[in-house]
Amino acid sequence: MKKTRDAGPVIRFENVGLRYGLGPEVLRDVTFHIGPGSFQFVTGPSGAGKTSLLRLLFLSLRPTRGSVRIFGKDAATVSRTVIPALRRRIGIVFQDFRLLEHLTTFENVALPLRVGGAEESSYRRDVSELLEWVGLGDKMWVYPQVLSGGEKQRAAIARALITRPEVLLADEPTGNVDPPLARRLLRLFVELNRLGTSVVIATHDLALMDQYDARRLILNGGHVEVHE
Amino acid sequence: MSDPASGQRPGSRGPQRNARTRRPKRKNAAAKAPAAALVGQIAAGLDGRPAPPRTANPIVPPRTVARRALLALVAIMSFLACLAVAAVSVVAERAEGWQRQIADEVTIQIKPDDGLDMQAAIARAIDVATQVPGVAAATALDDTAAKALLEPWLGSDFDASELPIPRLIAVRVGPDADLAALSRRLQEEVPSASLDDHGQWLQRLAAMARVMTLLGLMVLGLVFAATALCVVFATRGAMAGNRIVIEVLHFVGAEDSYIAREFQRHFLLLGLRGAGIGGGVAMALFLAVGLFARVEGPTPEEAQLRSLFGGLTVGATGYLGSAITMLVLAVIIAFTARLTVRRTLTELD
Repeated sequence: MKKTRDAGPVIRFENVGLRYGLGPEVLRDVTFHIGPGSFQFVTGPSGAGKTSLLRLLFLSLRPTRGSVRIFGKDAATVSRTVIPALRRRIGIVFQDFRLLEHLTTFENVALPLRVGGAEESSYRRDVSELLEWVGLGDKMWVYPQVLSGGEKQRAAIARALITRPEVLLADEPTGNVDPPLARRLLRLFVELNRLGTSVVIATHDLALMDQYDARRLILNGGHVEVHE
Repeated sequence: MSDPASGQRPGSRGPQRNARTRRPKRKNAAAKAPAAALVGQIAAGLDGRPAPPRTANPIVPPRTVARRALLALVAIMSFLACLAVAAVSVVAERAEGWQRQIADEVTIQIKPDDGLDMQAAIARAIDVATQVPGVAAATALDDTAAKALLEPWLGSDFDASELPIPRLIAVRVGPDADLAALSRRLQEEVPSASLDDHGQWLQRLAAMARVMTLLGLMVLGLVFAATALCVVFATRGAMAGNRIVIEVLHFVGAEDSYIAREFQRHFLLLGLRGAGIGGGVAMALFLAVGLFARVEGPTPEEAQLRSLFGGLTVGATGYLGSAITMLVLAVIIAFTARLTVRRTLTELD
């Protein structure tokens, strides 16, 4: 497991505002931080800005105002040549999975390692073990078209975890799975957190949040309330 | 991203290869689901589990890049580029040959004058010429040869002896011949003689060869530029078709150079293939023309073939130039694709 490089927050938001084009602000005066090895849920009603917040966390958007610092770098001014290195320290699970349809499950999960220049022989065992662990051992060499929604979700999670990132962002990671599998995935996230990864799960699944006592960032009307 | 029409997977033939079968194309989208569901079964290994593809699937599916139209365009461009290169090489070789032939010979012209003993002047001029270092031989053109030279203008029914026709002496010279000394001695010893070193013709030939070479290179440059422009559009199209792939690659931490390399690889392969096809056809054409030019025989048809293609034989330079042109074209295609990807990614940011 990689160690965070300093004891301070890995991600810090200060008075962050975000608007799309000339539209209204979808996030207003958002201030919070994500500490190393922390676990938090981001929740709120639909349209509250959870996905926008995750996109800010993942350097997919730049704030309209305020300051977002990720691993000590200011997101507003960071060079695009530095962003890939920052993203490699963050794993992300999308609500719509974003699996590549022309790659097998194995290849999709191994994609971050392949992009990082690793040889297949060096990661074959790790990827296979992770796929077995998430219950996709027998679906390793099939393509996403034949996977169910839950299987795609697990493949997407495995892809986010394979590099053992310092921060894991998950957008509705249990939205397409049944309750037993949701509990199992949550255990996976908790285990990962125990190993040092900061975990941010965006969800409006109250049952899921009730299963684990963790910090909650509640989005409402573009503002964030932090419940420790 | 499966092809709804065929149920085949873009960028990978793995499942089809494993099955060692070719499935018929489906005609409607409703057939997509069962076709896709078969993929895992088709790929099934001996242990009942799906088997891995024999080679890793490329990150950018080739079928979203290597369109047949682009391949055909590259082949045509390669063909035209090779023709331009061959034309330049043929002209350059011919011009060089002609220049060499002309430069190997100079002409002494003796103008008729009242009281001039033409035969004595010719003999003296030949004597002077052969004494100059570097001169191999000097031969006076006889009356028949002189008459033959004038026939195109005066016809065959004239009496050359009645006309004040200058007499010519052909002098074969080596590369180290001292033409200035020859000219000086002729002026001293045969005042009515003058030396023509064919410099005017040499200059014209050299100018013509330069113009032809320049034209050929311009055509080549235009072909390269047109190909590069087409590749820019094709690359942008391929990137638009692979928007999700690019997005995911960015999210997993891929750098722009990595993404550009993935696209570049496909375009390089496409370029090599297209350029190989076009260049191969062009070379086959050169060979065919060369074979016609070598036809021997006394019949009028054979003589016509020789006269038609005799000057068009492409030499080793033409073939070598064509091979280099093919490679350059492929490199231009790959390089253009890479630059376009990087620029487009920056614009998207």
